[in-house]
Amino acid sequence: MSNNQTNNNSNLSFLERLMLLDRRWVFLVLALVVVSTYYIPMKVPVPASTEVRSIYDAVEGLKEGDKILLAIDYDPNALAELHPMTYAILEQCFRKKVGVIITSLSQNGPGMAEQAILDIVDSTALPRTYNGVSYPGREIINGVDYCFLGYRAYFELVITGMGQNFRTFYSRDYYDVLLDSIPIMKDVQNYDDIEMVIDISGSNVVDAWIKYAAARYDVKLALGLTGVMMTDYYPYLGSGRIFGLMGGLLGAAEYESLADNPGLAMDGMKVQVWAHITIILFILIANIGYFGTRKKRGL
Amino acid sequence: MNPLLSFGDYLWMTFAAFLTLATFSFLYKDNPLYKFAEHLVVGVSAGYFVIILYYGSLKTQLVEKLINHEWVYLIPLVLGVLMWTRFNKKLSWVSRYPIAIYIGIATGLAIPLEMQTKVTEQLEAMMVYIQWNDLLAGGFWNYTNSFAALLVIIGTLAALIYFYFSKEHKGWFGGVATVGIWTLMLGFGASFGATVMARISLLINRVQFLDQWRINSVGSVHQEGSGSYTAIYWVVLLGMLGLLVVDLIRTKGKTETDLN
Repeated sequence: MSNNQTNNNSNLSFLERLMLLDRRWVFLVLALVVVSTYYIPMKVPVPASTEVRSIYDAVEGLKEGDKILLAIDYDPNALAELHPMTYAILEQCFRKKVGVIITSLSQNGPGMAEQAILDIVDSTALPRTYNGVSYPGREIINGVDYCFLGYRAYFELVITGMGQNFRTFYSRDYYDVLLDSIPIMKDVQNYDDIEMVIDISGSNVVDAWIKYAAARYDVKLALGLTGVMMTDYYPYLGSGRIFGLMGGLLGAAEYESLADNPGLAMDGMKVQVWAHITIILFILIANIGYFGTRKKRGL
Repeated sequence: MNPLLSFGDYLWMTFAAFLTLATFSFLYKDNPLYKFAEHLVVGVSAGYFVIILYYGSLKTQLVEKLINHEWVYLIPLVLGVLMWTRFNKKLSWVSRYPIAIYIGIATGLAIPLEMQTKVTEQLEAMMVYIQWNDLLAGGFWNYTNSFAALLVIIGTLAALIYFYFSKEHKGWFGGVATVGIWTLMLGFGASFGATVMARISLLINRVQFLDQWRINSVGSVHQEGSGSYTAIYWVVLLGMLGLLVVDLIRTKGKTETDLN
């Protein structure tokens, strides 16, 4: 910093200096708050909202042998918020012996889906107790307990096509196995043969599920969305076009709480609390600086 | 240390941690580590998508169909090839035909469903029967479905009036328009709050990941072979710090134009 700038800054009032604060200080403080509170052993209560509970109840109400379609339509950039939802739902289905047909209509989605499947297959091999119900560990078999169909381009057409027959766009699954030779897909022709679709999405694929699956084929649809997207899709709850909505890390934490399966989302909620308090404080400080210097700036 | 994490897996995890830290280094200032991470992500994503597109769509939806003598698939093939005429100035007009067909199909599919989900069903959702007796009996501030419905109706009508510019926003009309803008602000506020939560979630996830990396690196130094993990951890951290310091010294007092 030059001498002139130093002299100019020393003549400024505290409030004026506040307005010129380098934003990198904000980043640093926020990073310190997030990192330090991450290590604080603290539990935040996560009461479940009606829209998340309705998804949990719908999955919990499924019988052994029922099938659902889980659409994993997000890329790594939305992993932080959406992976916990996928993990919780997959584990719940596998524990209850509900068949899961998995699609991935986002271009980098197959990697997300495979990671989630492999992790939950490992986790389901161990005995666990959820909400007081003990589940023995069991081997999850590809083709019997789940089927991963993979990615196809032009999601609007794929979603419409699956309403007629899954084989229209998916003659083979992600691992190049003919769909007709996969046990879980034997009696599945189209959406009529599955109980519901849960779309975990970080992109506009969700619009296509609402239009081309829920509206066109009257499919029972629930959504898991990023925090940025969630407010845009609440109107569909009001109109009844979707029966449930999980939004962002909070939605994921609510689902984990309901499923009695605490994971990364519930772990992150305590940090969310402190980070939000910090951001609110920054907003207040910035407003004090803004209004305090208005007169001097001739506003 | 997670006993299941092999040395190969640990190296991949370390590479991911390196990319995470390299990306965060941009928050201080642009630097070669960030540029490396950025270019790598863009390049890998593009390469990955091309392969996924070929094996996931072109091979199964076109190549195999043609091999099986399903000649009807020649039509989309020809339409696809015609798209490429855009690269030739004289022939580029031909590409309008496949584009017209694609847009025609997409529009035909979308418009009725768009109207249904975004207009008619939303209007229907607004037309709810408000049970005034229940609402008043429960107290105005008692949150009931009727109260929520009433708020939605008032908010929607007021917001629509705000966007009606053929009449000056004065008097009772201006008052309703003010309610409209407050409704909009509430909506924007909810979106902003959710966006803040989303961004913080990304940071939390990276902190969780980096902590896992730390635990795998130095968490249990007593395990056999974990010394090499710890060494790699410190080499990566100190190496990155060193590179950033060198870059800071190199670029001190220089503008972006000087560096280019």
